[in-house]
Amino acid sequence: MNLNDLQSKLISAARKNAPSDRVPYAFEKRIMANLASHKANVWALWGQPLWRAAISCVAITALCGVWSLVAMNTNDSPETFSQSFENAVYASMNQHIEDAE
Amino acid sequence: MDKTDAELIAAVLKGDEASFEPLITKYQPRVFATARRYARRESEVEDIVQEIFIKAFQKLSSFRGEAPFEHWLMRLAVRTCYDFLRGHQRNKETAFTELTEPESDWLDRFVVQPDGASDNADAAKLLIERILDQLSPPARLVITLLEIEERSVKDIAKITGWSLPLVKVRAFRARAEMRKILARITQEKYL
Repeated sequence: MNLNDLQSKLISAARKNAPSDRVPYAFEKRIMANLASHKANVWALWGQPLWRAAISCVAITALCGVWSLVAMNTNDSPETFSQSFENAVYASMNQHIEDAE
Repeated sequence: MDKTDAELIAAVLKGDEASFEPLITKYQPRVFATARRYARRESEVEDIVQEIFIKAFQKLSSFRGEAPFEHWLMRLAVRTCYDFLRGHQRNKETAFTELTEPESDWLDRFVVQPDGASDNADAAKLLIERILDQLSPPARLVITLLEIEERSVKDIAKITGWSLPLVKVRAFRARAEMRKILARITQEKYL
């Protein structure tokens, strides 16, 4: 049997029997509905983590606020944090000025 | 008056999603016919067509309007069908089940008198469908585009994104793969 002839015959059969282009009823409506839900899903995909991140940020800010208030109230020294920070940064400069005097 | 494809695409890109519906209505018969070349079950065909239009909607901004929208859409359709073939390759049954009675009769007629076996017969149609199912995804794609749809090598290269030599090599391998399957079927039947 000539396999090339058989192959050609079968290919010719496939050519003559083109697939149907029938479309199920209201298929375009189904795709449009799917597109809409797909878009909603994309927003949900971003929205959920963003809301979670926002809640975490608010919680961290509130905790920092409470901590700084507590630290201010319990601090016995007359120097505030900003004053002691400034003194530490300018310590070497102050030393030079004192030496010059 | 009906809007042109370019007008509808421009409207969709401006945010009017409803303008995409006439595009689906216009091109879905062709997309369905293409998908039916690669999938046999109707549920699979519907899934493929749906995926093609969703991809088309998402990638519409990449359509530059240099070629007709239909060409762009059909390229997307063929590539989606190829992805489907690759995805379902492992799930496919590997063995060719026995020939059915009409297929066997058709083959007998072909052996006795090649011209006597009609290429319009249902048995021939079923047999070629089952043989195509046995081919590897690239072989099936290239046989479908080159031999069945009779497209040029250059056209196939554009559709698939393969280089011209790669299309030629894959066409050569696909024909050999198909002959191997035919040889196995005929050997099982006549030897």
